[in-house]
Amino acid sequence: VSTYVGQLDAARFVRPKAIATYGFAFGVLAFLLAIPPVSARSPVWPILLGIIAAFAGVFAASRGAARAGWGAVVVGMLGIALGVLATRSSTGNLDQVFTASLIASMLVFATPLTFAAIGGMFSERSGVVNIGLEGMMLMGAFWGIWGADKTGSWVSGLVIGIISGGLLALVHAFFAIHLRADQIVGGTAVNFLALGITGYFFVQLYHGNNVPTGVSQIPNVNLTSKSNHGFFSEAFGHLNVMIWAAMALVVVSYVVMFKTPLGLRIRACGEHPRAADTVGINVYLLRYFSVVLSGMLAAAGGAYLTVGYLNTYNENVTAGRGFIALAALIFGNWRPFGAFGAALLFGLSTAIAFRLPVYSDSAATLFQALPYVITLIAVAGVIGRSTPPAAVGRPYVKQ
Amino acid sequence: LSESLAPVTPPEPDTPPTTVAARLDLMHRAGGLAVPVATGILAFVIGGLVVLATGHNPFLAYRDILNGAGLNWIAHPWDTDTANTAPYNLTQTLLQTTTLILTGLAVAFAFRCGLFNIGGQGQYFMGLFVASWVGTSFVNMTRPAHILLGIVAASLAGAAWAAIAGFLKAAVGAHEVITTIMLNWIAYWIGNYLFQQGGPLQGPANKPLDIPISADIAHSAKLPVFWGDSDLQGLHIGFFVAIAALIVFWALLNRTTLGYEVRAVGYNPTAAAYGGIKVRTNYVRAMAISGAFAGLAGGLDMLGYLFHYGTSDVQASAIGFLGIAVALLGRNTAVGVAIAALLFGALVFGTTHGLQSNVIDPSLAGHLTELIQGLVVLFVGADLLIISIWRAGGRVRRRPAKPAAEAAS
Repeated sequence: VSTYVGQLDAARFVRPKAIATYGFAFGVLAFLLAIPPVSARSPVWPILLGIIAAFAGVFAASRGAARAGWGAVVVGMLGIALGVLATRSSTGNLDQVFTASLIASMLVFATPLTFAAIGGMFSERSGVVNIGLEGMMLMGAFWGIWGADKTGSWVSGLVIGIISGGLLALVHAFFAIHLRADQIVGGTAVNFLALGITGYFFVQLYHGNNVPTGVSQIPNVNLTSKSNHGFFSEAFGHLNVMIWAAMALVVVSYVVMFKTPLGLRIRACGEHPRAADTVGINVYLLRYFSVVLSGMLAAAGGAYLTVGYLNTYNENVTAGRGFIALAALIFGNWRPFGAFGAALLFGLSTAIAFRLPVYSDSAATLFQALPYVITLIAVAGVIGRSTPPAAVGRPYVKQ
Repeated sequence: LSESLAPVTPPEPDTPPTTVAARLDLMHRAGGLAVPVATGILAFVIGGLVVLATGHNPFLAYRDILNGAGLNWIAHPWDTDTANTAPYNLTQTLLQTTTLILTGLAVAFAFRCGLFNIGGQGQYFMGLFVASWVGTSFVNMTRPAHILLGIVAASLAGAAWAAIAGFLKAAVGAHEVITTIMLNWIAYWIGNYLFQQGGPLQGPANKPLDIPISADIAHSAKLPVFWGDSDLQGLHIGFFVAIAALIVFWALLNRTTLGYEVRAVGYNPTAAAYGGIKVRTNYVRAMAISGAFAGLAGGLDMLGYLFHYGTSDVQASAIGFLGIAVALLGRNTAVGVAIAALLFGALVFGTTHGLQSNVIDPSLAGHLTELIQGLVVLFVGADLLIISIWRAGGRVRRRPAKPAAEAAS
């Protein structure tokens, strides 16, 4: 048996799909070589590696793995373009954009997305579409900082924020599950509601001015001393508690969703609620649980944004991050590690966008649209098809 | 045939109506005027409770909002001089109504084809950007030609932007809600790019060059104003274009083959395909027509009263999203959209610039609009709520419900 498995494993590495993956890797490498810490100055390397990537892609595409193959071709071309651009730019500018702290800021921007995307995964895996992630995140952001301001403790601020997101999710759940409202319309409504509620109370409680500075903030985890400027220290030494919590959440949610009876039941509700009901699973209860949990997680992401990172609040502070989280969920194919990977990618693109003004303001602005463009391409099925849970969006009627 | 149906899954017999159009059908049968009126009132009552809970008098607040919207003009309609407050406020409310009729139609038309077009905001932006470009270029054209070019280009831009979503739906079955959300945000960042310092459309004349706004459009591209001062955002002829769009919407849906096909696909794509209607073509077509309405709204706004646009305007704009509430409250019919657009137009202007009140602050009242908007969308979308209101109205005996609605009880 072991030799049989061994043969299978060896065959895996030369299959067209695997070759397309190598193409992807070469395409990425073409760009990575041209930026710090390597900073190759010759355009030969990115061009060579990009061409190898494209060849691998064409090879794979001509042998059945069309989507992955053409994807590798695109990545190879992008690798050449970006790599050559990087070799043309001054090393000073490159050092300013691509430092170890880029990893830290990628994690900062990815964290709210991760919380909301994982939340969305619970809701959608149970069969309830959650477009309201943005609104739930905004609730967490506002009530989180209000709680931290009023009670003087970030812990209670975080708890209050999470509760507010859970309450808004409960509204969505009630309309989606018991009143059987269209879930997309309901989610849209929830977003408007959150905008109205937070805007109204921001004016009522803070007169529309900024929240006073010095509100209790979620602390950082200091793994290294402040004076240490090594790569590890700059990248991971002083990350916020919530960033580590987000990474833990990804692992925990994977285990819960795919290794426990609870996760199996949630997925059953999302794939075939009638079958789940027949074997005695309480579909309504699990859907309520999942939607409320998704609201609480999205709100935790929002609370991190205000209480952990910005330490202040301004109107509509989430500014579309909930929708990027939704995009990450779809891009990650409704899986925890997929969603986390997409969140990291989108976080990285935001982090780079914030540093791009050293080159050009226009590029920096247009770069912000990248997550949405990537998601559009992903749902168009160019790089593998995203498949939502079968019964998502359908209200369930007990018989 | 089965291949052309690929993106469409047949409905399971044991589920309640799941397609948007089937829900819409239910809403149409459920209680005539009663549902939108009841949900509207409910939303205003809850909004009033929030006002009350935060220490303001809701009746006085709503009275001030109505006056701010200029609806008190009805008390003395012979006074049309916009130097006076009430007629001026009314013209401003009607300006908002013009835009909302069109963004509402953009949502409503797609709805009739079973598509939920959340992308009205992005399509509105694209129309507005193109109108800004046309208005600041081609300065040597005659006025009617310049205006016509601007309006047509804006509509086409909106149509093209929406058609992307329609095409993706038709070609690979990508859900139009996801794609239109993404297109909204792409349009948002394109706008930030166009008007930011050094952007292609930035460059205010007679102003410091570092302001991130566009130049004013040429005089030859400005729409004629028929009520009020053309320099003080008077009511422009785009108002009549919006009224005409309502008639076009009705006629297109109810009196043409195209409209018949769109509605057939909306009710049941499988049956429509069986009847020889090209479902995919209709998805693209319905989205494009929807987008044309929203793009037209952007074009009329730019050529009618905005004249220039900036990054802060892009970031603050939400009139395209408001079209969702207008269409749902107006139940996707021409007359309904007109009435709902007037209501929300009054709310938008009456809670912000028009509001003169010592009861409620304009910055507070502006968020009341968002709250009421959210509540309206929430309640209108709820089937069981609608069915129970319907039952309360005693209509259930006259027109028996479909089995799906029966199973709901």
